[in-house]
Amino acid sequence: MRITCPICGDRDLREFHYRGAAKLMHRPAPDAGDEAFYDYVHIRENPPGLNRELWFHELGCRAWLVAERDVTSHEFKSVELAAEAKRGAK
Amino acid sequence: MVDLIAKSPAAGLLPFVAGGVTLAEIVPDFITSIMPHRDARAAVSAALKAAHGMALPGDGRTSGRAALRAVWTGRGQYFLIGEAAADASLAAVASLSDQRDGWALLTLEGDAAADVLARICPLDLRAGSFRRGDTARTEVAHMMAVVTRSTRGFEIMVMRSFTRTAVAQITGAMRSLAAQGAG
Repeated sequence: MRITCPICGDRDLREFHYRGAAKLMHRPAPDAGDEAFYDYVHIRENPPGLNRELWFHELGCRAWLVAERDVTSHEFKSVELAAEAKRGAK
Repeated sequence: MVDLIAKSPAAGLLPFVAGGVTLAEIVPDFITSIMPHRDARAAVSAALKAAHGMALPGDGRTSGRAALRAVWTGRGQYFLIGEAAADASLAAVASLSDQRDGWALLTLEGDAAADVLARICPLDLRAGSFRRGDTARTEVAHMMAVVTRSTRGFEIMVMRSFTRTAVAQITGAMRSLAAQGAG
């Protein structure tokens, strides 16, 4: 697998660390309640097809990335900086 | 105060020559990490230009001259490497830290240098895609490294504690390539 880092360009998978679903970026407010935190920590959609995921370019530029990956084909549809994805969501 | 003897990271290990490729060590007087504060990249670049005569390099690039150069080393981070430490004026717009004893600088030079490095580094090292002055944070034999293309080959930086491993892995690749007569 190859991942195109927005900063470094096309790089080998071994430079990256997979963190989990991009949902992790959206932590509920401290007073959101147990249900919201249970959902945040444990509940994942895990659909076949496109998933939004957090990747860390650990052995590269050390940027956190949000990637859209098709888990049936391992094709990356898009990769963007997590910092920009977060800014865009606000 | 005890007068301690300073040893370079690869003291006693290098230089090493095989197949027309040479692995050697360079020991710069200073290495300073420069991390611009939020939205201060332009200000840092201007201050660096005023103090040291070079602008901050772009992502994956280097600037300056051989005696003192600025190397991009990751998102929002640069190393000033060479004869001077970063000027105090930079401290107003960036976080500075002395990295002098933290890194080993190795040079891999010779016609087959790219073939040697290709065995232990996943980077596309072809001259067309990784040009002189280009730099990359990447992996060298499972170690995080800074790889820069120089005039005659590559400069490879690894954290000082990995020096022995890096030297063993790189010289191993050099021996292997030389034994096959490709060097």
